[in-house]
Amino acid sequence: MKEMILCKYGEIALKGLNRSTFEAVMQKNIKHRLKELGEISYSRSQSTLYVEPGEGVDIDEVIDRLKKVYGIVKLCRAKKIEKTMEAVLSEETTDYLREELEGAKTFKVNAKRSDKHFPLKSPEICREVGHVICERFPHLSVDVHDPDVTVIVEIREQNAFIHAGTIEGAGGIPIGTSGKALLLLSGGIDSPVAGCMIAKRGATIQAVHFEAPPYTSERARQKVEKLAKIMAQYCGDIKFHCVPFTRIQEMIRDNCKEEYFTIIMRRLMMEIALKIAEREDIQCLVTGESLGQVASQTMYAMVCTDAVSTLPVFRPCIGMDKSEIVEISRKIDTFETSIEPYEDCCTVFTPKHPKTRPTLADVEKEQGRFDFSSLVETAVRDTKCEYIKAY
Amino acid sequence: MIYLDNAATTRVCEEAKNAALQGFETFGNPSSLHHLGVVAEGVIDEARGVLAGSLGVKEKEVFFTSCATESSNTVIFGAARAYGKRRKKIITTTIEHPSVAEPIRVLEEQGFEVVRVSPGEDGKITPESITRHVDKNTLLVSVMYVNNETGYILPADKIFKAVKRISPETVCHCDCVQSFMKLPFKVKELGADCISLSGHKLHAPKGVGALYIRSGVRILPLLCGGGQESGQRSGTENVSLISALAAAVKRLEPTIMQRYETVAALKKRLTDRLAGREGIHINSGDDCSPYVISIAAERIKSETMLHFLESKGIYVSSGSACSKGKKSGVLSELKVADKYLDSTIRVSLCAENTEEDIDAFVQAFIEGQESLAKIR
Repeated sequence: MKEMILCKYGEIALKGLNRSTFEAVMQKNIKHRLKELGEISYSRSQSTLYVEPGEGVDIDEVIDRLKKVYGIVKLCRAKKIEKTMEAVLSEETTDYLREELEGAKTFKVNAKRSDKHFPLKSPEICREVGHVICERFPHLSVDVHDPDVTVIVEIREQNAFIHAGTIEGAGGIPIGTSGKALLLLSGGIDSPVAGCMIAKRGATIQAVHFEAPPYTSERARQKVEKLAKIMAQYCGDIKFHCVPFTRIQEMIRDNCKEEYFTIIMRRLMMEIALKIAEREDIQCLVTGESLGQVASQTMYAMVCTDAVSTLPVFRPCIGMDKSEIVEISRKIDTFETSIEPYEDCCTVFTPKHPKTRPTLADVEKEQGRFDFSSLVETAVRDTKCEYIKAY
Repeated sequence: MIYLDNAATTRVCEEAKNAALQGFETFGNPSSLHHLGVVAEGVIDEARGVLAGSLGVKEKEVFFTSCATESSNTVIFGAARAYGKRRKKIITTTIEHPSVAEPIRVLEEQGFEVVRVSPGEDGKITPESITRHVDKNTLLVSVMYVNNETGYILPADKIFKAVKRISPETVCHCDCVQSFMKLPFKVKELGADCISLSGHKLHAPKGVGALYIRSGVRILPLLCGGGQESGQRSGTENVSLISALAAAVKRLEPTIMQRYETVAALKKRLTDRLAGREGIHINSGDDCSPYVISIAAERIKSETMLHFLESKGIYVSSGSACSKGKKSGVLSELKVADKYLDSTIRVSLCAENTEEDIDAFVQAFIEGQESLAKIR
């Protein structure tokens, strides 16, 4: 028996002349994610990518990883059978679903015949397959409206397949088809979510993190690296830039008005991120901000921070409530790590009463009290970089 | 490196290392009937003798466990299972280590009545504050000897004696993790029925602890199985680490007083240099164990100071290491002023620390106090 996985893509199928490029990128991504799991062969036809694990490959692990590949809308774990009615109706074929069928009370059969040369039409296939299942599993009855198990028979170009339903994929479009994005990754709940949302739309993600020892600890950095590692299961390998930020924070404290601390800090972070983006040929910045969540995330504050940026700043969480962000972070499994209680660089220098409606002129004037340019240069120069791999 | 976090854990001493290595060579199962088993059993018997001697108790009253947490859990759950049908009240303090506080909380959820005595305004616990809750229904009194966050020495001996006068049946448990081999005491004078000890706080490796249970007191076991440790703690004995624990005790026992003096002088050196400085507050008074010094630099976050000192190669802890970043409820219970709670670090010593270590710490601490950004 040959078990394989059918990865079905949604949106890519509509990409017209670019379609094969998208398909090729996705296949490359999948290959990379699965590479150390063993011998696996790949083929594509009819809006489906076939993943065929060789002998000894852990197929559960393959499916787990495929569920996190952007571009795949649905997955089917199926048995590949010869494209004849004898094979479809054989005992071996129905045996493949024995576990599901024995645990169910009712079932129905769905047939999809994309190869119109196949002698039987879909309803006829359903009838025949339904018949042999009823014979072999006499406890089952047919329920076409709300069955416990739906047996799906697909008659495709080369082969036929049988399976018991689809698994939801991650959706989106393949990483690497939309350009490169630089994510400002703190250690909180929102930024990993923002990163994955942009990655889902095909962007390759790099991350920049600002650390301020001794105000932040080694554990805080480890936590962020752990977050990046979890994200990498979705986003692919992440190039991670860690910026030493202590001097800049201390100089803001010593020279600027307290109520402007956060906003000036955000502007300087943007400035540094931009320089890294330029060096890495990156097309946008991404943050986890949500409108009005905290003082630095008001529209007024964003006007002031964005004034620094020559690249678009994407904020995919902008219209989401915290609970919605949390929901996604649980889904991508970053939540538990995000809530670990270590200092991140924002908390020690947080003003008691930050300005919620700063004007650009005031902020620029306040920031002008000190020339940060050489500190920014030094921070960029001393930024450490590493690759974070998912597996 | 200057290591001033000895209340969290200690460096393993040579004697313990060698004993552990030798223990690995003595690989027989102490329960085996053949010669190898007999040899391994002999190692454990000898270790039990060392522990018993150091506590002034009988050998059959000492049991080896994996850590003090296991010892305390055994006592608390085991006493509840043995006597809990008739007696339902547990008395403890609000400053216990989580390894004691948590099992008691679990029993509370199961229906036991728990009285948690809070220190008075002076930050001290009096025997009277405990004994006024004791009655014939009292199952257990669990009180630590030395607090792990400030070094505060509780009047444990007076407490247990007073409890016993009222209710001789009540099981008295004492967490002696921060006092064993640091303060000179014998179990008889302390008056506890059960005592929890840890290896890695006295230069033995992690993964081994001990439990004293006075004979006649019934504590049902936490782990059941092959009946090792007289059925009190089943599971094949960790010959190697048990031997290491005994070696560490053997090394420290003759010098308890001498080391106490050394450490007390170090504490005095530290406090003399810092006391009276603007913005610095020493939470550990003269009546505390000299091994632990709780100290605050006003408006500087504990974690910031900790990492600043770390950058100078000096290792201390914020609050207690077990709470890893969580705020300490114990400090406020010990009546440390609110403004110091977020700024407290813990320096904990061992006799290997030197005057130079203290001077380096003092210098770095002051430098940190002057240069670090303050909480507004």
